[in-house]
Amino acid sequence: MILDDKKLLEVLKQMIVIRKFEQSAERQYKRGKIAGFLHIYSGQEAIAVGAIGALKKNDYIVSHYRDHGHAIARGIHPNKIMAELFGKIDGCNGGRGGSMHIMDTSKNFMGGYAIVAGQLPIAIGLGMASKFKKNDDVIMCFFGDGAVNEGEFHECMNLASLWKLPVLFILENNLYGMGSSIYDTHACGKDVYLSIEDPYKIPAAQVDGMDFFAVRETVLEAIKKIKGGNGPFFIEAMTYRFRGHSIADPSKYRDTAEVDSWIDKDPILFLKKHIAAKNLDDDIVKIENETDEMILQAEKFAEDSKFPLLDSRFKYVVND
Amino acid sequence: MLLTIRESISIALKEALNNNKNCFMMGEDIAGYGGAYSITKGFLEEFGKDRIIDTPISESAIVGAACGAAMAGMKPIVEIMSINFTLLAIDQIVNNIAKLSYLSNGQIKVPLIIRTVTGGGGQLSSTHSQSLEHWYASIPGLTVVTPSNAYDALGLFRTSVKSQNPILFIEHGMIYRNKNEVPDDYYEIPFGRANISLVGEDITIISYSKMSCVALEVSDILKKEFNVSCDVIDLRTLSPLDSESIINSVKKTGKAVIIEEAHKTGGFAGELIAIIQEACFDYLDSPIIRICSEDIPIPYSRKLEDSIIPNTNFAVSEISQKFNLKKLTY
Repeated sequence: MILDDKKLLEVLKQMIVIRKFEQSAERQYKRGKIAGFLHIYSGQEAIAVGAIGALKKNDYIVSHYRDHGHAIARGIHPNKIMAELFGKIDGCNGGRGGSMHIMDTSKNFMGGYAIVAGQLPIAIGLGMASKFKKNDDVIMCFFGDGAVNEGEFHECMNLASLWKLPVLFILENNLYGMGSSIYDTHACGKDVYLSIEDPYKIPAAQVDGMDFFAVRETVLEAIKKIKGGNGPFFIEAMTYRFRGHSIADPSKYRDTAEVDSWIDKDPILFLKKHIAAKNLDDDIVKIENETDEMILQAEKFAEDSKFPLLDSRFKYVVND
Repeated sequence: MLLTIRESISIALKEALNNNKNCFMMGEDIAGYGGAYSITKGFLEEFGKDRIIDTPISESAIVGAACGAAMAGMKPIVEIMSINFTLLAIDQIVNNIAKLSYLSNGQIKVPLIIRTVTGGGGQLSSTHSQSLEHWYASIPGLTVVTPSNAYDALGLFRTSVKSQNPILFIEHGMIYRNKNEVPDDYYEIPFGRANISLVGEDITIISYSKMSCVALEVSDILKKEFNVSCDVIDLRTLSPLDSESIINSVKKTGKAVIIEEAHKTGGFAGELIAIIQEACFDYLDSPIIRICSEDIPIPYSRKLEDSIIPNTNFAVSEISQKFNLKKLTY
């Protein structure tokens, strides 16, 4: 599917918003405005934007703890996400979830899940509901390479295939589960997709996760297959996080040459190069400026928002 | 009508399936096999394979999937064959199911029921005989239901079906065949309301699940042999907990006994004792007695197992000795 210039600029803008949002989050963390764990998505933007852009409104998303990029790509306003990071009442979870648990059911964004692989069974259940109700909602389930080694992962591959559930599994393989290289943790090394198709009878593809177009094309193809009633699809998107595992991680286990080689493949630069011939430089400058303003607004919104009322803390433990 | 607990749960499940088209069941061997405890016998034929779903032995995925389905507006009822097997799904229960309503600031609801079977006494040895329901009662967000008879099981299950919250409905494997009179007319039993199954004056006995049956036998003997009358409180739900009934009773009797099947250390009895001493310190006229399973894994051999899990005779002897009760002489 060919994207026109307007659409391409929108895509580029989403990726830039994610990058600048994450840079802002790091600054705000250092200012003490954000606490707890903060996992930065920078470097992986092409996956969130390429994959989520292919979804329809009714489709569901479940994500992991590195979830800001997915939330932004789904159209959750950066104000609400930043306010959540600040622990404020106007955050998407009213300040109860923080960075790792962004949720907005109005966008069918069912959450970031912070226990590795814990979101996979949720995706299975959402898929069961979709099948039961005979609508053609697709469930897009993001997870990292660390999740692949959890027992739940394998239970869910089996169930999704056995019951032909409409789940698109997207493995964001950034080669490290926290500080451990995938070569030290996965028997098949980095090519996880090779260990999916055969045993689980789930079609699986590997894609360059730094290339927006490759991600989008593969996801569109996968969704077409899923909507045809063929059951799940598995995409392994090869990528790299430019920052440490979390903000507390100086990332000393990765050598500079390796990090630099991936920064050369920056998905935003990749997209900019791709559209360089289109003479959109002025538009790109405009996007950069608009985004800077948007992030400033998000910071201000989060700063100005109030902390949750203490009296509200008992609400929703259980529902009446 | 006279019903066993097994029959009453089966009736409640059929009601749920008939009344809500989005209600479905899943679990290991619940369809073709009819359930390990025969609760769902004939369900497959009656409701079809889309609603009575046999699953692989993948507890975590099953329970997590029920969570996901509930989030999308379904009413899943999951059967986990034994509470010991819920340990394979405990991450989903504790980190997702219990948390999502709160974490999402009320955006997400998880109205599911997990049915499972607790307790020892069946010579199944240590990995299949534990009573772990109080673990779940310590997690905010979970409702823990522990019926001891057919009347309560039916009424509490109906309330579970209507609830917007995740329910752990915990059945005891050794009392499924116990019979009770159950009214034909529809009724429900609210959560957090204990059953005062016997009214007395001298001692308060608190228990739940199978030990509530033991408590009634104990109170019977105490009356006949010691002329001591007991308030017998069946908690029915551990969370929410009916502290009020406990406190009112202990203020009246001044003596409290807790009979529980879980191991003594870290058991629910400790929690109940804390509640009683916080609220009734000045009313107590002797130390609170707790009668629990010993702190050792439940062994296979009959006599060994019997020596560890509380039973009627042991409870009577503990209570009469510690409260220094005088046996009636005729």
